[in-house]
Amino acid sequence: MQRLTAESVTLGYDRRVIAENLSVDIPDNSFTVIVGPNACGKSTLLRALSRMLKPAQGRVLLDGQVIHLLPAKKVARTLGLLPQSSIAPDGITVADLVARGRYPHQGLLRQWSPEDERIVEESMAATGVGELAERYVDELSGGQRQRVWIAMALAQQTPLLLLDEPTTFLDIQHQLEVLDLCAELHETQGRTLVAVLHDLNQAARYATHLIALRDGQVVAEGPPADVVTADLVERVFGVKSQVIDDPESGTPLVVPAARRRSATAVS
Amino acid sequence: MMAVRVMAVRVKAVKAIRTPGGLSVRVDPRAAAVVLLLAAAVLAAGVVLIGSGDFPISPGEVIATLLGNGAPAQEFIVKDLRLPRVLVGLLVGASLALSGAIFQSISRNPLGSPDVIGFGQGATVGALSAIVLFDGGAVAVAGGAVVGGVVTGVAVYLLAWKRGVHGYRLVLVGIGVAAMLTAANHYLLTRASLVDAGRATLWMTGSLDGRDWAQVWPLLGMCAVLVPLVLMYGRPLRMLEMGDDAAYALGVPVERTRMVLMGSGVVLVAVATAAAGPIAFVALSAPQLARRVTRSPGPNLAAAAVMGAALLLIADWVATTAFGERQLPVGVVSGVLGGCYLLWLLVTERKAGRI
Repeated sequence: MQRLTAESVTLGYDRRVIAENLSVDIPDNSFTVIVGPNACGKSTLLRALSRMLKPAQGRVLLDGQVIHLLPAKKVARTLGLLPQSSIAPDGITVADLVARGRYPHQGLLRQWSPEDERIVEESMAATGVGELAERYVDELSGGQRQRVWIAMALAQQTPLLLLDEPTTFLDIQHQLEVLDLCAELHETQGRTLVAVLHDLNQAARYATHLIALRDGQVVAEGPPADVVTADLVERVFGVKSQVIDDPESGTPLVVPAARRRSATAVS
Repeated sequence: MMAVRVMAVRVKAVKAIRTPGGLSVRVDPRAAAVVLLLAAAVLAAGVVLIGSGDFPISPGEVIATLLGNGAPAQEFIVKDLRLPRVLVGLLVGASLALSGAIFQSISRNPLGSPDVIGFGQGATVGALSAIVLFDGGAVAVAGGAVVGGVVTGVAVYLLAWKRGVHGYRLVLVGIGVAAMLTAANHYLLTRASLVDAGRATLWMTGSLDGRDWAQVWPLLGMCAVLVPLVLMYGRPLRMLEMGDDAAYALGVPVERTRMVLMGSGVVLVAVATAAAGPIAFVALSAPQLARRVTRSPGPNLAAAAVMGAALLLIADWVATTAFGERQLPVGVVSGVLGGCYLLWLLVTERKAGRI
């Protein structure tokens, strides 16, 4: 039994159904990446796994218990989420924002323990934002800001961490930086990571477990080396491609088929 | 296990007082100093206000009388006439400012203040209805104001609700509602007799004249319940400023926090308005001033409350003393001060490219 599972859930907003009878297991200690075309329900699945969206049918289990029936703070001590969009309050410093990740461990009369302080320092060090501690968050670059948000999620000290498109709006250098950081957290700290990513090649390179979704259904799941094939890419994304070995990492690399130009167009 | 690239990083931004038993309370030294200084300013302004009037009393005598060592004549002036007026001003200022801090934080917009999004106007409709339609006395007017404010609060909440209440929707819906209620107020004024219209106009300006212990007790009772409740929810409210998703992920009960705080904010502004009329701009400006003085992010609830009390007492002192014989209602002064502040805010926001 895995710590986090969705059992035949039906997900949607208002009356619009996005996924029906969907079941997903997140393998413990994995770096799971969810991929799929736009509107396939990847972010919706992540919201359901993180308790933010209540399934219309079925249930999400955390450590064998229905996640929606657990106290909010208790869930937040086990499972963290980095949402797609968060707002840095005006005039907040990096250290202050990261410190907010300690909220689920605090109470009205336990607002800032020495442990809180230590963990916030460690989280900033682990994400390389220690030198920025006194800076204002609104002064930072997009990549730095994303690392600050990850530091906040780390300070929450949850064995499970979900990330909703953590690389969107970042340039390639910062995308790789964020993904390297995730891989490092997964390897050195033994956390279970679940991320939604757009880039299939990045997913294949970083994930230990891949879940491919289309129209709210799991098309394939498993280690990227087993799962990513030309056939799967066509079934999930509707794109013809070749899959070769990534010369850098040996993981599958998807090379989309080139557009066939007609002879007249070349002229 | 977290030995990854650990460097000597000190978190200086957060300070706390800790007890040996493992309890800890976060303290922002600058914010604490601001609260204490403003509280001292409120007490000083209160003593000066009690001392000024047709029978001036020196600050020393005021303090002696408050402590129970005054002459019998002064005892009456201080304790029965002037102290309740000052207490009403203090509590009304604090309530309005606290309510403003709540709504500005929830809407993430300085314009999301209760006096902009219709609650003040709603209370006015209630009070004017009591005066014009039912020829009611002071109690009926106060009751009408409370009912009008609370009904408006519920209506704005329901109209702005769409899978949660969000900033711009709350402000826009509130401004629309405020415009309709203002029209209703003008209609009520045209229906009023000359005497009632005079009474209504005075009430609408916001004034502390003639306030006595009958206004103090309901205000004090409400503040005794709601102020601690709101301050307790200050921590989750800080988390809400990062967006619903981020707050939710941290284990904040998002909708409950918002319901409790908005409910408290509506009652605070409705009861305050019932006691002193819709005093302009305190709810708008006090939280913004508090935030700039404490220089700390978040709703700054405690600082906003004392700032509101200080602002209102100072405005009342200006209104009663600065114009010689002609005393002004406090709402006129707070309106002028608040209007200047609003203009300044709009200009700086525009320069910062936010509007």
